[in-house]
Amino acid sequence: MNDNLFIVVFAAAIYYGTPLVYAALGEILAERSGVINLGVEGMMLLGAVGACWVATSIDGPAGLVLPIAVIAAMLFAAGGALIHAFLTITLRVNQIISGLALTIFAGVAGVSSYLAGLWDLGQSPVANQFGRMDLFGWGDLPVLGPILFNQTLLTYISWLLVVLTSIYIFRTRWGLQLRAVGESPQTADSVGVAVQRSRYLHVLAGGAFAGIAGACFSLSILPTWQNGMTLGQGWIALALVIFGFWRPDLMLVGAYLFGGLSSLRYTLQARGVEIPQLFLDSLPYVMTIVVLVVVSNSAARRQLGAPAALGKPYEREER
Amino acid sequence: MMRTTFSGFRLEPRSHLPRHINWTVPIGSFFAALFAGALLLLVTGQNPISVYQRILERAFLDTGSLSGTLIAATPLLFTGLCAAVAFRVGFFNIGGEGQFYIGAIFSSGIALALGRDAQVWIAIPAMIIAGALGGALWAAIPGVLRAYLRTNEIITSLMLNYIAGVIAVYLIFESSSFWRDLEGTGKMFPKGKVIPEVAFWPEYGIGSLVVPFGFVLGIATAAWIAVLQRRTRFGYEMRVVGGAPTTARYAGMRPGRVIVAVAAVSGALAGLGGAASVGNFRHILDPKGMQQSGFGYAGIVVAALARLNPVAVIFVSIIIGGITNAGYALQGPDFPSGLVGILEGLILFCTLGGEVLMRYRVVRTRGVSSNVVGAQ
Repeated sequence: MNDNLFIVVFAAAIYYGTPLVYAALGEILAERSGVINLGVEGMMLLGAVGACWVATSIDGPAGLVLPIAVIAAMLFAAGGALIHAFLTITLRVNQIISGLALTIFAGVAGVSSYLAGLWDLGQSPVANQFGRMDLFGWGDLPVLGPILFNQTLLTYISWLLVVLTSIYIFRTRWGLQLRAVGESPQTADSVGVAVQRSRYLHVLAGGAFAGIAGACFSLSILPTWQNGMTLGQGWIALALVIFGFWRPDLMLVGAYLFGGLSSLRYTLQARGVEIPQLFLDSLPYVMTIVVLVVVSNSAARRQLGAPAALGKPYEREER
Repeated sequence: MMRTTFSGFRLEPRSHLPRHINWTVPIGSFFAALFAGALLLLVTGQNPISVYQRILERAFLDTGSLSGTLIAATPLLFTGLCAAVAFRVGFFNIGGEGQFYIGAIFSSGIALALGRDAQVWIAIPAMIIAGALGGALWAAIPGVLRAYLRTNEIITSLMLNYIAGVIAVYLIFESSSFWRDLEGTGKMFPKGKVIPEVAFWPEYGIGSLVVPFGFVLGIATAAWIAVLQRRTRFGYEMRVVGGAPTTARYAGMRPGRVIVAVAAVSGALAGLGGAASVGNFRHILDPKGMQQSGFGYAGIVVAALARLNPVAVIFVSIIIGGITNAGYALQGPDFPSGLVGILEGLILFCTLGGEVLMRYRVVRTRGVSSNVVGAQ
């Protein structure tokens, strides 16, 4: 019984942590290029509404509808990211306020709700969903099987993307250029790296990833439309980037930690464990603050710090 | 190697900033946002003219509409001041929402505790003080963390919004707390206890217009903030810390203390908004209603459009309050939901963009250049 609870909690941590992985991975790319995007929450909702729309309005086999739905989610969210990219990279406005504007514009009371109302979404669960599947045939392994290999395809793809993104950032020429753009755009520019283009591409990629994070909600977790269904997970993703010191591997650990915390209320309650609601509901948010306080201690920051040019617009004439 | 420049134009700083920027940017961005919103409505098959006409009627023109607008403008005035004060100093307090909730919890709590035998002149000031205190304490958390542990205030203040929301919901829906009405229909449907009538904030009738006491208090507060910023030592310290933290330290100021103080003042303003909302309008602690309104977040839009000027916040809060009020009044099949947020977001985008276009000149670049991604 105890063993069983352990498995349920860990499996749920991965399941509920998956959207956090996508969203934070995208934000890592954007921030590595020097652009903070506080619009993650809004972009996730854009992705969720796009995916839900496709899954509701297209009839067909899951193998066809779901990929289109995910691509739609990526495009919707990247569209939001494009506004932020234009304002912060080309017009060089304050990144903080622009990102907030994106979340207000796209968020609970904005475009996502508008589109959902327009398309009459949320009346019933979507027909095609990402269900749990035993992709590798390892689902019967003791303990690890039900925890790791009874997840959705979205989770398996997220693992692949975490590995690929890590390799991209730390082992490729483009990744080196990306880091240069985020650390010292002047230097990058002087050796012929197109700073603005790099920033645009990574902010857009970050948006696309946030879109998949939204799709996790509307195609798997809920799986339908509800206004503001991401419940602040986009903001937790932003904290996870700091928690993971801008590294995909460390971020993954944090995402599952928070996925576990967010899922505790469902897993424990279903089993009749008595813990005050107030405590469970606020736990992920309280933990985010605690973790931020711990990692923002200056010694840790000096060693594994944020990109030096994070938040600073780049203009050539300044040299 | 041939270098590809990213776009076909660049921005050149203007040597001389025109004075009219203070009103041309807000007005220009407001109308640009309306235009962009109209395009969105058109593309999605709505008639922008009739939608805007209905907003205008329900916000300002219909009989009684302006009174409704002031009801929405009152909390926005306070949350707008909350953001304006903090952003000025570079303290990005996104926590106005949570500070508003805590203000509402504190002020409704004190009103309930004082009971129906309290004097009006005690009950109302007690609510004002309790609301401000609650907001200040809640905002002091990210303030202290930022000032002394260098923790990013954006995310901590935001997380505290969710925690404050969870607390408010807990008090009404998940516990038998002091705030909850446990008699009558309250047994069946969880709701807040109505505060005693002596604690209802007054309203002033001017012809057909009803001006809530909270709005008057807001105007007085805005004036006080303006004086505080321009005429006091604390205001001077805020300007220096906001503009040049290192200079502030050399000048013997203590940036940490200033930041905590600014955070507390900013939170107190949002908390006052929560108190006004309870005292003037809702008369109960209403977690769902507060969460749906999102006045804390909208306050950021108000502050940005007012270019962080406290006196301008008064006027902007009436405009944004009008849109919000129309959004409530027009909920239904022929008025798209989500339009209020869209307009607010667009207004913010346009204010940011407009600010840049006023500060810089757009200069076309010649020679090797290629347009890559939608830079126009």
